[in-house]
Amino acid sequence: MPTTTSKLPELFEKREQEITDHWIEQQQLTGRKLAASEREQTSRQSREFVRSLRSALQRSSGDVSGPEWAGVRDFLVDLSSRRAKDGYTPRETASFVFSLKQPLFAALKNEFGADSKVLADEVWLATRLLDELGLLTTEAFQKSREEVIMRQQKELLELSTPVVRLWENILALPLIGTLDSARTQIVMQNLLEAIVQTRSDYAIIDITGVPIVDTLVAQHLLKTVAAARLMGADCLISGIRPQIAQTIIHLGVDLSEVTTKATLADAFEVALRRSGHKVVRQDAAPTSAASR
Amino acid sequence: MERIPILKMGEFLLVTIQVDMHDRLALSLQDDLTGQIVKHRTHGVLIDISALEIVDSFIGRMLASIASMAHLLDAQTVVVGMQPAVAITLVELGLPMQGIRTALDVEKGMTALRSAILEAGQDGDTGRIR
Repeated sequence: MPTTTSKLPELFEKREQEITDHWIEQQQLTGRKLAASEREQTSRQSREFVRSLRSALQRSSGDVSGPEWAGVRDFLVDLSSRRAKDGYTPRETASFVFSLKQPLFAALKNEFGADSKVLADEVWLATRLLDELGLLTTEAFQKSREEVIMRQQKELLELSTPVVRLWENILALPLIGTLDSARTQIVMQNLLEAIVQTRSDYAIIDITGVPIVDTLVAQHLLKTVAAARLMGADCLISGIRPQIAQTIIHLGVDLSEVTTKATLADAFEVALRRSGHKVVRQDAAPTSAASR
Repeated sequence: MERIPILKMGEFLLVTIQVDMHDRLALSLQDDLTGQIVKHRTHGVLIDISALEIVDSFIGRMLASIASMAHLLDAQTVVVGMQPAVAITLVELGLPMQGIRTALDVEKGMTALRSAILEAGQDGDTGRIR
């Protein structure tokens, strides 16, 4: 069992200061050019890491997934997620752990240089240990990057479906980008909730920015229109480009139940008319009245 | 046994569904409502479902059949205040409730009902004087 034979805890006990100093020096030599504040942060992190590594080694060795290593693991996860956010590369993040090898091996050599068998055993143990920790760092780095992507995706979803109020009782929903099921669900909910909130009788769905309309998208649109109608609001679809009009007919989608217009302006006019409004140009009205 | 109250508001009947509908309640509502329509000789029914959060296919069909029954008794029905989630569910269930009038709230429902009655009156088949 390595737990009983390993000399690593002992080594750390004796040479912690030496290893740490050597390591920090090493990192500053090999890594990229660091600002003073970054350098100080790195050396603080290094010291902290060696300290927690030492205390973990004293309690157990070998198995990094054990509960004794929770402190070290947490520290590394925290470090790499912070580095991921600060824009470090994966290489720089992982080499934080890997660069410990050299000073550690040097210390091992100094200590057990005479006994090559012990030296080989210890080097193997240390390599395995640091490799595990390095992999953990990379994994955590990846994970926090993925979290960032997920968050941005979600924000994009919310940003890309604004419901705007055009007039008293008239809402517009300009859709931009490809519509998939998840997005349509959000679009539908946003629109219906906005209808309830603003008590709007008319909603215009503008699909000028939707690049492709296939049967699925058309079906989603029809569902939204039907749901709005159930709630008592009238839905118009505008911004149908010539290409899309052709596609819809070729696909055999029946949009005859829905009022469709080529442009948002046309749809807006229809909505205004249906709600009893009339738009008159200010200067045109009196002159036409006078000429009569 | 609990019942759904049917209120007479001027010339219309107002049904406010505030509890989750179960099947028996729905059936007794059909009974009560048709009775009240005949009793008050009303020509408009407002069904307010704004408090309803769960709707299944049975309730959807029940609303549709209430509307048809009322129509037989020469009354127009407007369903008001449907929640977005409920509307989505009904559409996903494939129950777009064709033939039912809807409105966003009771106030708009009243307006819709008045114009619906006017329209029905103009058809002239009832010979009603309004």
